[in-house]
Amino acid sequence: MPDTAIAEAPAKAATGGNILQVRNLEAWYGESHILHGINFDVNAGEVVTLLGRNGAGKTTTLKSIMGIIGKRAGSVKFNNQEIIRATSDKIARMGIAFCPEERGIFSSLDVRENLMLPPVVREGGLPLDQIFDLFPNLKERLGSQGTKLSGGEQQMLAIARILRTGASFLMLDEPTEGLAPVIIQQIGHTIARLKKEGFTILLVEQNFRFASTVADRYYVVEHGKIIDGFSNAELAANMDKLHTYLGV
Amino acid sequence: MQALYAQLLVGLINGSFYALLSLGLAVIFGMLNIINFAHGALYMMGAFVAYFLLNLGGINYWWALLLAPIIVGIFGMILERTMLQWLTGLDHLYGLLLTFGIALIVQGVFQNYFGSSGLPYAIPDQLKGGMNLGFMFLPIYRGWVVVFSLVVCLATWFLIEKTRLGAYLRAATENPTLVRAFGVNVPRMITLTYGLGVGLAALAGVLSAPINQVRPLMGADLIIVVFAVVVIGGMGSIMGSIITGFALGVIEGLTKYFYPEASNTVVFVLMVLVLLVKPTGLTGRAA
Repeated sequence: MPDTAIAEAPAKAATGGNILQVRNLEAWYGESHILHGINFDVNAGEVVTLLGRNGAGKTTTLKSIMGIIGKRAGSVKFNNQEIIRATSDKIARMGIAFCPEERGIFSSLDVRENLMLPPVVREGGLPLDQIFDLFPNLKERLGSQGTKLSGGEQQMLAIARILRTGASFLMLDEPTEGLAPVIIQQIGHTIARLKKEGFTILLVEQNFRFASTVADRYYVVEHGKIIDGFSNAELAANMDKLHTYLGV
Repeated sequence: MQALYAQLLVGLINGSFYALLSLGLAVIFGMLNIINFAHGALYMMGAFVAYFLLNLGGINYWWALLLAPIIVGIFGMILERTMLQWLTGLDHLYGLLLTFGIALIVQGVFQNYFGSSGLPYAIPDQLKGGMNLGFMFLPIYRGWVVVFSLVVCLATWFLIEKTRLGAYLRAATENPTLVRAFGVNVPRMITLTYGLGVGLAALAGVLSAPINQVRPLMGADLIIVVFAVVVIGGMGSIMGSIITGFALGVIEGLTKYFYPEASNTVVFVLMVLVLLVKPTGLTGRAA
């Protein structure tokens, strides 16, 4: 299947309108060419997961969409607006929020300051009481230094702070990495609830067992390209292929 | 005893300048990772702008306190936009060399036109005279410098440590890429922060003008001591810079009373000791 066909075929099965369209996305770190023409779509209200081995280009894809990678080419359209040349602050103000793999909790800020840091970019963000309803631990730790939280609490804080902003499109980079199973379960419930609330989520995961509990569709990234894509309903039929792709 | 109090007051005044200048350096280092060697020249520019405002525009000291930091701050922002921003991500040495070069150029230009001797700048009428406190005579202007500097330092500390804007600044110090990805225009914030740091230096220059006169090399004389203050306090630490600035001024003053021969070197002796025991400074963060 041609690369663009992989991007479009499963997306047609989804119900929401197209919110993100990535075409021939290329990215470089200095002289290293990392992405070699990524193509995929995300529809409104979906949870789409990028799967792939370490170093396949999943995180770079998110960072390129967010405008964090300096050198990139191709086309990224968000709500039909081209953003490939936009700076990351402008992209954030369009309604895209990014939760990085390393969580990015600021050590010089307490939990409250970390939570309130991202500016509200539009109406519709979750109010604090709803955020504390999702993550009750955070309410008890508001005065603590951000980096004094446990790994799970830091992950919750990293997700919680972007929910306030009013961004409707969330990009979560490996939110379960290094977390205990009970916390992973809690993150899964949160993502499911956010989907119900109408958020669109682009997830990067290596843990496809976790991803299968929340995702509507999957794309497999390898060597900086999308090599396959299927819906959650097709997951069982694709398990053998998936094991080969992910080396598990 | 009167001599001791007098030296304490001199120490507090010097400490005020150290605190204002090292605070600006700490703000700039914290946000831009640049060791701003041009700080002394910008302090001198603050004094000269006050001098020009008074002698060319008839604008008095009180307006100069407001206008000189803004004018020199804008000059600093132009420097940041046109030169310093290109050094982002490079070793500290590049920023230090560039700002050292800028300092030499600025000082050279002023020296060319105004020579090395001081130009007088009168104490404003409202702050002339002094008060007899019983144990010492306090010149009002010197008392004003100490109190005003302290207020400005604490206001700057409050801005950075206790406000939302300050939270942006602190967060951007740690991870500017992520703060920008949250929707904050970090490059603009960096430019404004540089302007703020430079403005503090210029403000110190205006405060200093009536005490030390206006001289092209007034910043060069001071900046080495201020760097020692920053090293002792810890690079990038806001409260550390303020406390160390005032404390070292007082220590210098006391040394002048108890052992005058060491008064010019005591700060550097302390710097060496701190570097040996705690290389990040008393309150500083690791690089």
